[in-house]
Amino acid sequence: MNTASSMSIFLNAAIINNFVLAMFLGICPFLGVSNKTDTAMRMGGAVTFVMLVASVCAFGINKVLTWMGAPYLQLIAYIVVIASAVQLVEMIIKKFSPALFRALGIFLPLITTNCAILGLALFQTARQYDFVQSLAFALGAGAGFTLALVLMAGLRERLELSTVSSVVQGAALTLILAGVLSMAFMGFAGMAS
Amino acid sequence: MATPAANLTRKTDIQSADTFIKGLWRENPVFVALLGMCPVLAVTNSVINALAIGLASTFVVTLSSTMVSLAKNVIPKQVRIASYILIIATFVTVTEYMLQALSYDVHKALGAFIPLIVVNCMILGRSEAFASRNSVGLAALDALGMGMGFTLACLSLGTVRELLGNGTLLGIPIFGPSFEPWVIMVLPPGAFFVLGMWLLLFNWFKQRKEAAE
Amino acid sequence: MTVSQTPAPAGTPAMAIQPAEVSSARMIATMAGIGIISGILLVVSYMGTLPTIEANRAAALERAIFEVVPGATSKTTFTLEGEILRPVKDGEKPSERYYAAYNDAGELLGVAVEAQGQGFADILKILYGYSPGCHCVIGMKVLESKETPGLGDKIEKDPVFVSNFEALDMSLGPDGDTPANPVVFAKRGQKTQPWEIEGITGATISSKAVTNIMYTNSMHTVALLEHNLQVLKDGNPSGQLDPQD
Repeated sequence: MNTASSMSIFLNAAIINNFVLAMFLGICPFLGVSNKTDTAMRMGGAVTFVMLVASVCAFGINKVLTWMGAPYLQLIAYIVVIASAVQLVEMIIKKFSPALFRALGIFLPLITTNCAILGLALFQTARQYDFVQSLAFALGAGAGFTLALVLMAGLRERLELSTVSSVVQGAALTLILAGVLSMAFMGFAGMAS
Repeated sequence: MATPAANLTRKTDIQSADTFIKGLWRENPVFVALLGMCPVLAVTNSVINALAIGLASTFVVTLSSTMVSLAKNVIPKQVRIASYILIIATFVTVTEYMLQALSYDVHKALGAFIPLIVVNCMILGRSEAFASRNSVGLAALDALGMGMGFTLACLSLGTVRELLGNGTLLGIPIFGPSFEPWVIMVLPPGAFFVLGMWLLLFNWFKQRKEAAE
Repeated sequence: MTVSQTPAPAGTPAMAIQPAEVSSARMIATMAGIGIISGILLVVSYMGTLPTIEANRAAALERAIFEVVPGATSKTTFTLEGEILRPVKDGEKPSERYYAAYNDAGELLGVAVEAQGQGFADILKILYGYSPGCHCVIGMKVLESKETPGLGDKIEKDPVFVSNFEALDMSLGPDGDTPANPVVFAKRGQKTQPWEIEGITGATISSKAVTNIMYTNSMHTVALLEHNLQVLKDGNPSGQLDPQD
């Protein structure tokens, strides 16, 4: 059993061990959808939402699998159930809240099999979080992802206006920027203690 | 790896060689297509970890592509992605157990990044784009090439990071005792920097080549 | 699943029409077939590797235990039931575990205890060896840490810091429930008492974290071990009674 408080789990996932910048989960959307702050915000919202759904699902699946004594089904069950659950939720949102669907909808299918989502499920199981801790972890991870994405988008929006050598442009520059951002986040280490 | 045609003409020989080689360099999954970045950045702080994640991914992509190619006529189009994910997840779990039995320490160092091979876009990408449309031999060859290209990329990060960040290669000290390690290299920012620098280097070569032509 | 609703990618016209003809029975049959094959593969590989994996895990744990209780050659795992320790039964996997370590003659040399707490970067997990003979800690090993390489990970390598745990006084006070002198942190070069832990310059937070973990854990564990000493002594795996009895 893990005894860490929900608050420290939240802070840990959001800034100290940021999901993107320290644990390298969800790098693809981080590099791909970080051009505009507005898009980054909405992507972050969608990811946080999917993380909450995934966290609840993973918690349930883990209970069932432990009871069945079938740990070898963990990975397959996580992927299949999380993907199905997110699709189900997507349909429900589409029916009951078209406005919310327009804001988050297009990102949902893209991120279901994103490694941040599966990573969240795997880490929460490995650390033996209980239900409330899992939720705090999911919220923290989502907040951390959104923060990293929005910061990156802000940097890149500014960068568009500056002249950069053609050799550096593109992925290389984004990665080096991410490195600097990651270094800045290292300053948060030690906050929990 | 045998090509499907019974009598190998020179042309199919070249074609299969190209299927293999393109993954190593011209269509390298990491450096060119920017796929599967999570494990490349996360667990390449030493050569041995880089090698382990690279070989594990190669193993999974080769087996999955072979499987998908074998079953391509049986799987209906509507459920193909779900089937591919099921196949990949199976092989990843098998790989995880094998690695755990082979080396407890390496498995511990890689942690959750072995199961995360499942969501490496490279693997699903090869199944969808290549294996589902080609013969078993070609699919396996293509996957093997991609896997080796992926391993190569992991190693190119792992080598630089371990050498600069720890002063060792495969745990053997290289620079002698007076070397002060660049700790940042084995920390998360180092991964971003080293990959960024490699991409920069390749960009530079490419632009020089284009300028020369 | 996720993408199954998206239309098939543009292929030849014949292929584009084909999906409409596939019955749902066929889809279910295919998925079930793949499911059965992967199920067989999974179970075979799980069963095939399980003994080796368990053996590896047990060997790693045993190495760590024998490291924090020097000279030990065998161990028995105990768990807590109320206030009483009892040996773990076969196949049981309790969350709270204490590892009693014995020498060749079956004498209890010490007990290895797992403890954890917040470190500089993430949760720190340590294993320490408590010797009832000297009422002190005789060894400490970091099991899991994400402390900064070159700084925080000195808690594993710094010789002065590690030597703190060769004889760290834990004698119980008059109340018999807590150590008379709970462990405290001391700056480098200022350790004067056997219950002080001398920190590391440059890894202050990590070494303080270890001190905190030791403090919190020892406040109840030491008394628990002392109260259950007879059970622990009798638990040696060879079954022979402790010569001192």
